[in-house]
Order: sequence, then C-alpha cells, then structure tokens
Amino acid sequence: MGIRFVLMVNKQGQTRLAQYYEYLTLEERRALEGEIVRKCLARNEQQCSFVEHRNYKIVYRRYASLFFLVGVDDDENELAILEFIHLLVETMDRHFGNVCELDIMFHLEKAHFMLEEMVMNGCIVETSKSNILTPIQLMDKTS
Amino acid sequence: MLDILAKAQEWEWCPLEQKSNEKRREEKSEEDRSVGMAGSSIMENLFQRTVEDLIKGMRLQLVGESSFISKATEEIRREIKSTDQHTKSTALQKLSYLSAVHGVDMSWASFHVVEVMSSSRFAHKRIGYHAAAHSFNDDTPVLLLITNQLRKDLSSSNHFEVSLALDLLSRIATLDLARDLTPEVFQLLSTARVFVRKKAIAVLFRLFDKFPDSVRVCFKRLVENLESSDPQVVTAVVGVFCQLSASDPSSYLPLAPEFFRILVDSKNNWVLIKVLKVFTKLAPLEPRLGKRIVEPVCDHMRRSVAKSLVFECVRTVLTSLTHYESAVNLAVEKVREFLLDQDPNLRYLGLQALSLVAPQHLWAVMDNKEAIIKSLSDDDSNIKIESLRLLMAMVSESHLADISRVLLNYALKSDPEFCNEILGSILTTCSRNVYEIVVDFDWYVSLLGEMAAIPNCQKGEEIETQLIDIGMRVKDARIQLVRVGRDLLIDPALLGNVHLHRILCASAWVAGEYIEVASNPFELMDALLQPRTSLLPPSIRAVYINSALKILIFCLDCYLLQNEVSASLYSGNLAGGQSQLLSVKNYTEATELAMCEGSNYEQDEGFNPRNTTESSEELSVESGINRVATHGQTFTPTTVLMKKKFVHESISSLLNRIELIFGPLIANQDVEVLERARNILSLVQLIKQEIIDNSVQSVDIMDKKDTLVSAIIYSMRDAFTTELGPVSTSAQGRIAVPDGLVLTDNLGDLQAICGDDELPPSSSLFGTGGPHLTSTTDASSSNLLKNEESRPLNESTSLIEHRKRHGLYYLPSEKREIVPDEYPPANDSKLNSNISDEAAELAKLTDQSLLPKKRTNQTKPRPVVVKLDDGDVAPISIKRPEPRDDSLSGAIKDVLLGSETGPSISRSNPSGKSSRKQKEKKKLTTNGQSEMKENVVDAENPDIENPNSTSKNHGHTNERRHRGKEKIVEGEEHDQRGKKKSGHRHGRRKSHQRAKSPLNVVSQTPVIPDFLL
Repeated sequence: MGIRFVLMVNKQGQTRLAQYYEYLTLEERRALEGEIVRKCLARNEQQCSFVEHRNYKIVYRRYASLFFLVGVDDDENELAILEFIHLLVETMDRHFGNVCELDIMFHLEKAHFMLEEMVMNGCIVETSKSNILTPIQLMDKTS
Repeated sequence: MLDILAKAQEWEWCPLEQKSNEKRREEKSEEDRSVGMAGSSIMENLFQRTVEDLIKGMRLQLVGESSFISKATEEIRREIKSTDQHTKSTALQKLSYLSAVHGVDMSWASFHVVEVMSSSRFAHKRIGYHAAAHSFNDDTPVLLLITNQLRKDLSSSNHFEVSLALDLLSRIATLDLARDLTPEVFQLLSTARVFVRKKAIAVLFRLFDKFPDSVRVCFKRLVENLESSDPQVVTAVVGVFCQLSASDPSSYLPLAPEFFRILVDSKNNWVLIKVLKVFTKLAPLEPRLGKRIVEPVCDHMRRSVAKSLVFECVRTVLTSLTHYESAVNLAVEKVREFLLDQDPNLRYLGLQALSLVAPQHLWAVMDNKEAIIKSLSDDDSNIKIESLRLLMAMVSESHLADISRVLLNYALKSDPEFCNEILGSILTTCSRNVYEIVVDFDWYVSLLGEMAAIPNCQKGEEIETQLIDIGMRVKDARIQLVRVGRDLLIDPALLGNVHLHRILCASAWVAGEYIEVASNPFELMDALLQPRTSLLPPSIRAVYINSALKILIFCLDCYLLQNEVSASLYSGNLAGGQSQLLSVKNYTEATELAMCEGSNYEQDEGFNPRNTTESSEELSVESGINRVATHGQTFTPTTVLMKKKFVHESISSLLNRIELIFGPLIANQDVEVLERARNILSLVQLIKQEIIDNSVQSVDIMDKKDTLVSAIIYSMRDAFTTELGPVSTSAQGRIAVPDGLVLTDNLGDLQAICGDDELPPSSSLFGTGGPHLTSTTDASSSNLLKNEESRPLNESTSLIEHRKRHGLYYLPSEKREIVPDEYPPANDSKLNSNISDEAAELAKLTDQSLLPKKRTNQTKPRPVVVKLDDGDVAPISIKRPEPRDDSLSGAIKDVLLGSETGPSISRSNPSGKSSRKQKEKKKLTTNGQSEMKENVVDAENPDIENPNSTSKNHGHTNERRHRGKEKIVEGEEHDQRGKKKSGHRHGRRKSHQRAKSPLNVVSQTPVIPDFLL
C-alpha cells in the first residue's frame, strides 16, 4: 500500500494534521501517534530520519517547529519519502507563502486537499507542484 | 456554580471572537439569503462559530482544553441538526477538525455527513466528503445510503465533484460500493480529463482489492493507460501495478515488456522507482527477465544523481539480481559510498542494503567491515542496531567466542538499551537451531554468567531459559553450569537486582537438579539459605526452597551411603589392619585431602564466616565420579575416602541452619513458599530426630539402613535423580486417555481429531525408574503410610507416581557415562586480557570467517545436544509466506488466462510461454466480456491503419503465431512501439472474431518462443 499515514506534529508533540490511508479507530490512532511522537521527537539532528515502529517504517523530517512524519510499508523507498515530504512542504510554501504551523492549523482542509492530490490509496500519484495547486486555486476562486 | 461561570466566560469571549469574522459572515448570510433561507436560520448562522473561531478559542485556552472541546462538541451537536445547509456544514467542518486533530469521536454524526455530502453547493459537499473520508469505515451503517450519491457525483460534469467522489471511494470502498460503482469508474478510465483519469486509475487498487470481479472489467483499460503519453496517467498506473504486484507478482509477468519500456524511457524518478519495485518482484520469477533488465538498472545506478533512485537500483540488484556479478559489484560499490557518507540516512540505508545481500554475498559485508564496526559506536541507535545485525550475520562457529567477547565489552560501555540489544542478539544467535553454532558449551555457559553480571542486563528471562535448556540438553555442560550457577548464587549483591532474579531462579534450579556434579553442596546450600534471599519474589523463593530440599536429600543420601559402606568395609577390613586408611573419623587426613582436591575451599571460608567451623569439615569431592559411582553401586575405597565430608557434624549443622532460615517462612503469605518450606521443615525434623538420636559417632551404623529415615531419603533421592529432559511441543498430543475418564460427553468430536496422535497405552513405556525404584517406593509407602510425618514422603511418592504414569513425557534417561573432569578453563586468558583496541580486534576476527572453517584449537569435540525428533521447544523452521491465493489474484489470473483454462497453468508454469499465452488470453477474455465497450474504444482511435490487420482474415492459429512473433520483436526492440500498438489493436480485432466463433484456445496454443528475449 505504500504510505500508511502522514502526520504533522509540532515540537510539543501536538498533532496538527493526521491523514491515514488505512482505517484505525480513534484510540488506535491516538496510541500510535503518541508512541511515534515519543520515539521521533527524542532524536537529534545527527541521527537518521528513519525509525522502525510496529510494522511501519517511519520517515520523518523536521521543518522549523513542525515535524512531518510519514509511516510507510517496509519496502517503500525511504529517500523517496523524504523527497515527498520536501515536496509537500514546498507545495505548501508556494501556496501559503512561507508556510508555518499556524497556516496548517487554520487551513487544515487545504493541507488535506494538497495531500489528497498528491497521494491516493497510499500511493503517490502527483508530484508536480502546479498540478497539485491548480485545483485548489480554482476552488478558492469559485467558492 | 462552575458551569455558570464557564458560561459567563464564554459569553464574554464570544463577541470578541466574532468581530473578526463579522464581515465574512455577512457575506455568507447574504448568499444564504439568496438561496432562500428562513429568517431563523439566518440568526442561527449569525451566531455560529466558524472553524477559525474554534481554533482561535482553542488557542486561548491554556488549561482546560478538554472541557472546551466538550463544550464545543455540545454546540456542534445542536448546530448540526439545523435545517440550514450552511450552519450544518460549518458544524460538520468543526467536528471533523476536532476529530482529526483532537481525536473527538464523530461516528454519531455519520448521517449528517451523508446529508452534507448530498448538498448541491460544492463548498458544502466538499466538507461532507472530507468528513466521510476521515470518519467512515466498513462498519459505518450509513454506507449503504451513499451509493447513489457517489454514482451521481462520479458521473458529474464538474470534475472536482468527480475527484471528490473518487477520493472518497479510494478510502472507504467496500465490497458493495466497489461492485455497484465499478461501471462508473470504468467509464472514467478513458476520460479525456487527465485530472480525473489519474484518480480513477488510482482508485482501481482498492476496487480490485474489495471486489475482484472488477478486474474483468477494468484490467484491460488499466493496461492501456500504461501506454498513455501523459506522464501523470503513467505515474498513476505504475503506482497501481506496484501495489498489485506486491501481493501476487506472477500474474503481471506478461506486462514485463511495458514495464521495461518505462524503465528505459522514463525520465521521472518517481515512476522509475515504482517500476524498479515491480521488477524486484518479477525478476525472481523469470530468469530471462533479469538478464534483460540488469543493464538498464546498472545504467540508472551509474548515471542518476538522485540518491533515492540509486538506492532503489541498489536494492533491486541486491534482492533480485544477485546472480549478476558485475551488477552486484557496482551495487556494493554504491553501498560503500553510502556507508562513508556524512548523511546518517545514507549510512543507515547502506547498512540495510548490506543486510539484504548478506545471505548470498557475505563478502560484500566483509569488505565493509571497518565501516560496520565503526557504526557500532555511532550516535544513532538505529544505525548501531543495524550494524549489530550485520555483525551477527558474519558470525560463524569458528570465531563466535571472540566476537561475543568483543561485543560484550561494547555492551559494558553502551547505554542500557543498546547493551540489551547486543546481549539479545548474542543470545538469539547462539541459541539458534538448538545451539547449532556453539561448540564449547563450557564457554557458552560462562558467557551467560558474565552477561548476568553486566549491570544493565535485562535479559534475565532469556538467560534463564537458556541456562535451564542447556542443563536439560547438554549433559557435558552441567558441571560448568553448576559452577556458574554457584558463582551467581553466592554473590549476595546480585539479589538486589530485579532483572537478575530470573537468572538466579535458573541458577538455583540448576544447583538443585545437578547437585551431584557440584564441587561443594554445602556451599550451595549456604548460598540458597542466605538471608538476603528474602528480597526475591515468592515464586523464585519457592524454587530456592525446592533446590535446598534437593541438595539436602543429596547430602543426606551421601552421608548415609558412606556410613553404610565404610561401616561394612570397616568391619570387613578390620582384621586386615587397614582401618586407618578407611577411617571416617580421621579428620586431619580428610582436611589435607580436601586442600588438595577442592579448589573452592578458600572461597568457601570467605563466603560465610558464620560457618567456618563447619566448612573446615566440608571437603570438596570429585562428586561427578563419586555420584555416578554411587549409583552404579560400585564402591571402592577411593570413593569412600572422598566422601568424608559428609560427617555427622556437618549434616546436623546443615539441618539446624535449614530450620533456622526456613522456620519463619511457615508464616509466609505466599502459598507456594509456605507449602514448600513446611515440607522441607517437617522432613528436617524427622531426620533430625533419627540422626541426632541414633547416630552418635561410630555407634552401630549398620542399623541405619533399616531405619525409616534412610528409606525416605533413598526414595526421595531416586525421585530426584530421574533426569528431566526437554519436552516436545507435540507431547500433549500423545496423551493416552486414562481408563475411566469420560471425555466423550460433550467433546465427542475431539476424539476423531486427536485420534491419530494417540498412542496405545503400553506398559513398556511406563516406569523409567526401574525395578530398584519401584521396590523402594513400595517398601517405603507401606512402611510409612501410618506415619503422620509422612508428608515429604507423600510428595516424593507422588512425584514418582507422576513420573511413572507420565513417563512418556520425559526423555528416556540415557546411560550414565563417566564425565572426564579435566575441562580446561574455557576462556581464562580472554577473560582477563584487556582488549585495547576492540574495533581492530573485531575487524581481525571477522576476517577469519572468510577463511575456510577449520577448527584448529578445538580441544574437545562438541558435546551431545539433546534434540527432539518431533517439534522442539521452539519451531525454528522459517515459514515461507504462503503465496497469496485469494480471490483477487484468482480474478486476475482468470482475466489473464481466460476462462477455458484453469488458473493452475499460470501458477505452475510462469515461463515465457505461458506468460505469453496469458497475455494473449487476457485480451481475448476481456474483449469477450465487454465487446460493446471495446468497439467504442476502437472507434475512438482513428489510426486503424495497421500492417497486421489483414490477419483478421486468416485462421486463428496462424494469427496467434503471427502475434506471438510480433511480441518477440517488441520484447527485443522496445523502440518499435508503433508496432506494439498495432499488436494490441490487432488482439482486439481478433477477439471480436473469437466472440463470434468461440474456439478452444488451450488445444491450439503452439510452442511460442520467448517474448522477453
């Protein structure tokens, strides 16, 4: 299935965005997020960006105060996922202009929308920034 | 009161927050008015908080966030019932925000979600769909209600609506939804709007997964999209195939040429990575495929600057193309670059890549051993663990000891977590396949002891299991085992460490069970009786008490035997004038002897000052031989000499001490401890009377044999000396149902199931104890049944009974052999030598495993390790994952194969021939099933002109051959894509014919050359 979930978590460990591509109950989600956040946020800059947790491989990257964590299958390419995270950040940056945590908080739907454009069924389907943003901009205009 | 306050606060807060949104809200309410809203709803709308308000409010709450959330949820519950679409959708939006970020349950609102989804306004619809995608699952009851809404939106002219519906479908599709909506998705697969088409393609994986029959409809279109000129579409299709091939790759072999084309032509790294993943799965199935792709893969590896692509190539080569030496060399070279990189990510992945290749090409790991060993002290624990894994992969039996030694030193220096990681991997590596890799068990047992001594060690449970397991399986290791156990037991400091309790438990058990090989039973007894044992948990204390009982019985037994024998010898040899030599009472001589023999003597004195007086008499014995000899009933003067330590004083002081220590335990709260302490105490009391009263030195020892006590002791000894062995995992199945036990009442069916495993009860299987055992039991039980102090005896007889009755669970006790006792200390030199440069050492060591394995310094052969024939304690065989043969792959195979042939062909014969056949038939079937749609597609494509179209008029067999050849050309020369297209179209044409006049395809398939080469 490739990508299983995408999380955005701030320095304090608060979830800012959570997108799951498989169904988990709320309790399972909360437990999983707690475990992952504890594991990943404790790591420093000199350590690698990959953590194995349960049956997931977690690829994470920190941008300013925000951690982007992506849970993937075992055979997913870690470096490609890192690039995917970067692409996501760049896309949001282009849309919001110097994106920060607050942008994602107040425009959660848009962030979800970008993710939906990029990933379907846990599979990356779109990697062009303009292709991702065009429908969002169109929708903004019309609504 | 508080509530009122909270409300007041809210009231104050609300207007403030609303100001900022007032303007926007006015606009919105205007819109609503234009739609024609009732006045009341406008008011409702006006005072509703938006998501933004909600978030701001949340940010103002420094404490009491949860109460704020519950209040907001209450508010939402009210608002969501509104008839005003805007109010409703805003409420839902807030709810999904709370659910996504704060984990608020929103399953109760699922019906409202459906309502909002069906809104005519896109902005509302979007909110509804978003909420549905986040909250619906297979069990959501309202799922049945959305089918029509989805169908409507899938056919909508607004492609954003279509996209919403597709996205939702990819998240929540169930069997029903997938079945009902497959036609709509099928239509979208060929739509001109790429934005929609790529999403429709991406949805397919979920549809196939939930409703395998959709393969029959959609598979062909999916394959066609593979050749699309639009990169977005190709990305989506390759993604789907990447997911599909993960579960059942063999079905997609026929598509190899298409993937190959993408591999060579595509410039998109994302697509290339996906295609490489597909090939990783396909290459092992078809050897010729590997030959074809190895060059392009190496090309990418050499040329690409994208590390992700390079790494994917490396991974492909190291997993699936391991037979191509040049490719492996290149990949290993890349891995080395990774390992030496500054970026910890690359180092980590490099190590992972090496562990992929380790099974086939150990040299690749060896070549990079410096880097691996360096990683052992990396900052990152993940990297350390990976390098540890690699290191353990390099281990072979010739230098296991040395590597373990170095790793143990690393463990001493590491943080607790990694320390235990190291210990754990040593333990699992060594115990793999019933200690396959361990040659010198004395060394291994001492290693286990050392592990226990590491302060951070938390592997108590594993070490416990292994100590006991080795005791039961490896006879020759028992002496060392008891020695190691003794060292652990006598150290009072260890009792304070909670993690070590399990190990102490095992040590105590070992000490009790194999007391006959112990150098000094009294010392062990002291260790078991030391006051700090009160720190142990009750379950382990119980083991201690039981072991003390075993040791006591052993000591008493030796004492009695020795008295008896010496007495007989004494009386027999008195005339011969050798009384001095044989005298049991000659303490001076005995002490001298002990000094020569017992190496533990000094330690003994130091251990427990309280017992110094006794220990001077407790002489160590070569009890291994001694005990064996005793049981063989062959007494020689030498054994008698060596048994002088079991003198009256030492025994009675032992009894006193047991009474002293275990006395208080009678009031213990734990039943197990209480019970066992009681048993041993009453035994002690019984014996004490007899021994103290009767046996004043040298008085009438002969009588002893007939006393009650000796009978008890003998029978208990016999009970304890029956050897315990490893228990087979299937032992349960071999239980014969005892007579008189009615099992058939409700469980009649069970008989049929277990019938095969049952063994007929045969008398020969019973009674491992032998005639001696049985007679003692009978005698003692008849003697003692009236005795009110017979509790210990009852215990022992019941144990005998148990062993007798369930003899088949115990391994047949092997013939006792005399164990040569001159074991050289296994690792003395290593133990003490201070390894200055561990890394260098380790590097040197790992070198050795490349050399042909020769056991140069092996002083003694590997001892016998007891293995069970059927199912050992741990199932070791690696389970190969069963090929997934569910309905999905079945459907794909059906599509690929056609309905005339069974799916078994593709499974049994994944070669080029059948693959080609599959491909061809796939087209036939698909076309046969959806002829109408095919016609439409054909009409859409104007370039009918096609050199092969004439073949339509030929016979079917010819035609098929023709196509076969064409395919070969395609496979070989991927640049001739024009031809290929014609091939497809041609296939379609043919299928129309086939549909008109069905043919038996199987009978006609000619021998077709390989399409890949």
